[in-house]
Amino acid sequence: MSTPSTAIGIAAAVRSGSMSAVDAVEQSLERIGASDGDIGAFLTVTASSARDEAAAIDAAVASGSDPGPLAGVPIAIKDNMCTRGIPTTCASRMLDGWLPPYDATVISRLRTAGAVIVGKTNLDEFAMGSSTENSAFGVTKNPHDPTRVPGGSSGGSAAAVAAGFVPVSLGSDTGGSIRQPAGLCGVVGVKPTYGAVSRLGLVAFASSLDQIGPFAGNVADAAVVLEAIAGHDPGDSTSIPEPFGPLGAAVPRGVEGMRVGRITDLPAGADPDVTERFEAAFDALADAGADIVDVEVPAFTYGLTAYYLIAPAEASSNLARYDGVRYGHRVAAPDTDAMYVATRTDGFGAEVKRRILLGTYALSAGYYDAYYGKAQRVRRLIADDFARAYTHADVLLTPTAPTVAFEIGAKSDDPLAMYLCDTYTIPSNLAGHPAMSVPFGTGADGLPVGVQVLAPAVGEATMFAVGAALERAMGAQR
Amino acid sequence: MAGRITDDDVAHVARLARLGLDPDDVQRAVAELGAVLEHFADIDALELDAVEPMAQPYPLTNVLREDVVTTSLDRDEVLAQAPDAVDGRFAVPPILGDGA
Amino acid sequence: MTERWTYEGFEMVVGLEVHVELDTATKLFSGSANRFGDDPNVHIDPVTLGLPGALPVLNARAVELGARIGLALGCTVQACVFARKNYFYPDMPKAYQISQYDKPLNIDGRLALSDGTVIGVERAHLEEDTGKSTHLGGSGRIHGSEGSLIDFNRAGVPLVEIVSRPDIVSPDQAREYVSELRAILVAIGASDARMEEGSMRVDANVSVRRPGEPLGTRCEIKNVNSVRSLGRAIDAEARRQVALITAGESVVQQTRHWDEGDGRTHALRSKEDADDYRYFPDPDLVPFVPSAEWIDEVRSALPPLPAKRRAALAVLCGVAADTEAVMTVVERGQDAYVAEVATHGADAARALVHVKEAFAELGARPRVPASDLAALVAMESSGAVTATQAKTLLGDLIDAGGGDPAALAAQRGFEAMDDGELVALVDAAIAAEPDAWQKYCAGEDKAMGALVGHVMKASRGQADGKAVSALLVSRRS
Repeated sequence: MSTPSTAIGIAAAVRSGSMSAVDAVEQSLERIGASDGDIGAFLTVTASSARDEAAAIDAAVASGSDPGPLAGVPIAIKDNMCTRGIPTTCASRMLDGWLPPYDATVISRLRTAGAVIVGKTNLDEFAMGSSTENSAFGVTKNPHDPTRVPGGSSGGSAAAVAAGFVPVSLGSDTGGSIRQPAGLCGVVGVKPTYGAVSRLGLVAFASSLDQIGPFAGNVADAAVVLEAIAGHDPGDSTSIPEPFGPLGAAVPRGVEGMRVGRITDLPAGADPDVTERFEAAFDALADAGADIVDVEVPAFTYGLTAYYLIAPAEASSNLARYDGVRYGHRVAAPDTDAMYVATRTDGFGAEVKRRILLGTYALSAGYYDAYYGKAQRVRRLIADDFARAYTHADVLLTPTAPTVAFEIGAKSDDPLAMYLCDTYTIPSNLAGHPAMSVPFGTGADGLPVGVQVLAPAVGEATMFAVGAALERAMGAQR
Repeated sequence: MAGRITDDDVAHVARLARLGLDPDDVQRAVAELGAVLEHFADIDALELDAVEPMAQPYPLTNVLREDVVTTSLDRDEVLAQAPDAVDGRFAVPPILGDGA
Repeated sequence: MTERWTYEGFEMVVGLEVHVELDTATKLFSGSANRFGDDPNVHIDPVTLGLPGALPVLNARAVELGARIGLALGCTVQACVFARKNYFYPDMPKAYQISQYDKPLNIDGRLALSDGTVIGVERAHLEEDTGKSTHLGGSGRIHGSEGSLIDFNRAGVPLVEIVSRPDIVSPDQAREYVSELRAILVAIGASDARMEEGSMRVDANVSVRRPGEPLGTRCEIKNVNSVRSLGRAIDAEARRQVALITAGESVVQQTRHWDEGDGRTHALRSKEDADDYRYFPDPDLVPFVPSAEWIDEVRSALPPLPAKRRAALAVLCGVAADTEAVMTVVERGQDAYVAEVATHGADAARALVHVKEAFAELGARPRVPASDLAALVAMESSGAVTATQAKTLLGDLIDAGGGDPAALAAQRGFEAMDDGELVALVDAAIAAEPDAWQKYCAGEDKAMGALVGHVMKASRGQADGKAVSALLVSRRS
C-alpha cells in the first residue's frame, strides 16, 4: 500500500491507525527540508511543535479517541494568520520577529480537527500583491518553473501545495490572493463567502474584502479543510450565523441540469492560451450535462477600480496601528511623531506604502465622495448585477487569471499591469461571494491554467459540485 | 473624478499616513498614483446618485456580546514584544503637540 | 433666571461636549474589565492593544446604557453605524478611534435648566476611550518631558459623548447644564460621572459676538476638571476673545488648555497638520438597528429623573425645588427615604434637614429605619427633645443602625425641662454675663449668643435653645 498523499487519505490512515501522524508530518518536513531552498515557500518551519503535535495525535488514536477529520494532516499557513508564540510576519520588516499572544480562530479550529501546522508561508507584504515578489524576506518561485512567480499574494501557500510539501494549506483572499496563485501553481484554491470563515486573527488588509480559504491538490481535500475552518465565530462581528451546508456530499454530485453562466460582457484581456482552456471548461461541463447560458454582468468591468479604491482605503486605516509603540519594528527618533515616520518609512515596503498613500488620498477631506464614496456605490452595482445574473445561472465561469505564471520581475515596475492580474477575481470579493480556481490543463510553456467558478453567497456546495466536475473532466482527459 | 493628483496632495497624504517621502519619492508617487487614478476614471461615466453605498458584503445587524469579563492577556508576554517598556508600561519618546 | 453674560458689549455662545465613561463590566468592543485604579496594563486583550488580527465585538450593555442616556435626554434613538476616526497618538492603539460619525445612536434631545431654559442636545454617540500617558521627567507635563509611558487599561472603555447645541449664554448656565447632566447620568445608572476622576470630561466650545451678529470663531477648551473650573475657564476664554477683537485682532480657531493655576487658557504647541480624520464606516462592525420594542423597553426601565424627583420632594417638604437640601438629597438618591419617613407622619421638612445634614455617607438606602427617624422627628416637633438633643440622638441612631428614640433619650437623660428650671437658668446667665446683657438690651442682638451659650453650658445641652431665646427676648422688652 502506497503512502497516502491527499489530506483525506492521510486523515483516514491516521484515524484507522494504518499510518502514524508522526510519519505523515515527518515526510512533509523532509520534503520541505530537501526542496524548499529552491522554492522559498516557507518563512518559518515549525518542525519541533509539529512533531510534538503529531505525537499527541498518535497518542489520541492509540487511546481510542478520534483526533478529527484532519487527523495528522500537515498543513501550511500563510504568514498573516496569528499563531501564538510562532512568528507571524506578514512578510514585512514591520512585524519581523513578532510573536502573537493569541491564535487566530482558524488555527484553533484546525487543531481541533487534528491538523498539524508545519510552517508559515511567504506572501506579498501584508497580502498586497499578485506575485509574492513584495515580500521583505525573498521571492517564492513557482514549482512548475522557478524563473516564474507563483502568483500572489498567497504565493507561498500555493507553492507549498504545488511542490508537494503539504497536501493542503491556508491562504487569504482580498482580491484574488488565493485563486490567482492557485491558478498559476496548478492547485485548487477557494475563497469562501465573506463571513463564512472567521477573520479573527487574520492580519487585516482590507476588512470588508478579506477572507481565509484553503489550497489543496484536489477539490475534495479543499472541501474538508473549508468545513473544518468555517462556521460562526462570535469573535468576528461579520461572521455569518448560518453557514453553508455540507460540502463533502456536493463533490460527487455532478452538474446534470445545472445552469452554468457565460458572462457575455466579461472584460477582455485574457491570453489566447488561457481563453482556450476556459472554452474547454464550458465544453466539459456541457458534456457532463450542464446547460450553458449567457448572462450579463455589466459592472464586472468596474470591479478593478472599485477594488483599488476600497482596499487601499481600508488598508491605510488597518495598517496605521504599525507605529512602533506596542509591538514590532521601531526606529529610534527624538520624539514620538518622528519615531512614527521613521518606523513606518523603514518598516513598510514600496507597494504597501503606495497603497497606503492611495488609500489615504481616497479617504481624505475633499476626495471621499469622489473616490471612496463612489467606489462603495460601484460595489453595490456589481452586487446587484451578480444578483440579476444568478436568476439565470447557478454558477458563472471565468478564467482565474488573464495569463499563465509570468517571469519574476516582469511586472514589478508597473503597478497597474500587476493590478490587472486581478481583473477576474476581484468582483467576487466586492460582492462577498464564494469563488474557486480549479486547475484545467496547461497553456503556454506547459504552465498551469486555472478556471474560476463563481457562485452566489453561501453557494459553496453548488460551486464545489462544479469544481469537482471540472476536476473529473481533466482526469478523464489525462 | 477630482483633478489630477499633485505634489501637495502626495505630501499631505504622506504626512497624514506618517510616511517620509523625499522629493524623488514624491515625484514617483505622483506619477504612479496619477496613472492609477487616470485608469480609475472609468467609473466617472456611471450614474450613481440613486445607488446606495455598500460598506459590507453581507447584510448583518445587531451583532452584540454580553457584558462579561474575559481573561486579560498576560502583561509580561505582551510587554516582551514591545520595542520599549518600563514599569509595566509601554515607553515612547517625548510626545510633542496634542495629537488629536 | 440666569443672566446672559456680557462684556464690553459682547455676548458669549457656548456649546459643551461631555464625555462620560459608562458603568459597564467590560470595554466597548472587548471583554477586558472596565476598571479604574489597578496596576497598569492588566486589562488588556488583542482589541484593546490593537494587535494585528484583532476584531471588535459590540458590548450589549454599553449600547443599552447609551440609549438610556439618549432617552433620558429626550433624544431620538436611531439606527447607527460605527466609524473610524483616524489619527496617530501613542495612547490610541489602532491609530484610529472607533466612534460614530454621520449616524449616531441618539440625536435631537434637550436638557431643561431650573429656570425653564432648554439647552438643545445635538447628539449623544458611543465611542471608545483612549489609554493614559504618563509623562516622564521634570514637570510631569508633556512639554520638556523625557518620554512617556502608556497604560492601556482605559483604552476601549465605553464612552458616550453628549454634544449640546450652542445654546449656552453664560458660565452659570454651563455649570448648571453640567451639574444637571451629571445628576441625570447618576440617576439612570449610566455612569458615576466624576469629573475629578475623569469619568466625566467636559470640553467647551466658546465664541463671542456682538448681539445680533453671526457666530464668531470658536475655540475648544480642554483640561477642565471640575464644574467650578468650567465656569472660570469659559469666562476667561470669552474675555480673551473679546480683548483680541477689541484690539483689532482676530480669534484663531484652535484647541486651548485651561490652566487652573494661572486662570487662563493656553494654545498647545501643535504640529501644523489640519484635522483630517478620514472618517469611514468601520468594516469590522455592523450597524446597530434598534427595534421600536427595544427602545420602549429601555425607556420604560428609566427611573424618574432628578428634576421630577426634586419637584416631588419640594412639594412634600413645602420648600423650593432648588433649595440646597432638596438638590443634595436627590443627588444622593435619598428622596425616597425622606418620603418614607413622611409616611410615618413625621414633618417632612425636618426629616429633609436631618437627612441632608447627617446622612451624607449613608447612600440611597440608609440603615436607620424610616420609622425610627420619623419617631425622632415627632419628638422634636412636639418639644419632647430640643434640636440639639435630636442631633445627638440621630448620631446614636446612625451608630446603632436604628432604635427607639424615646429609649435612647431616656438613656442619655434627655428630658424636657420645666419652665421654672429654665427661667432660673436664664436669670443665672444674666447675672453671670452682665456685659453681654447690657449690650443685648442696648440693641446688639449678637450679644444674645453669649447668654444662650451660658444657659446651654449650665444645662449641659439639655435646654431648648429656642425657648431660651424666647425668654431673653421677652425679658428685654
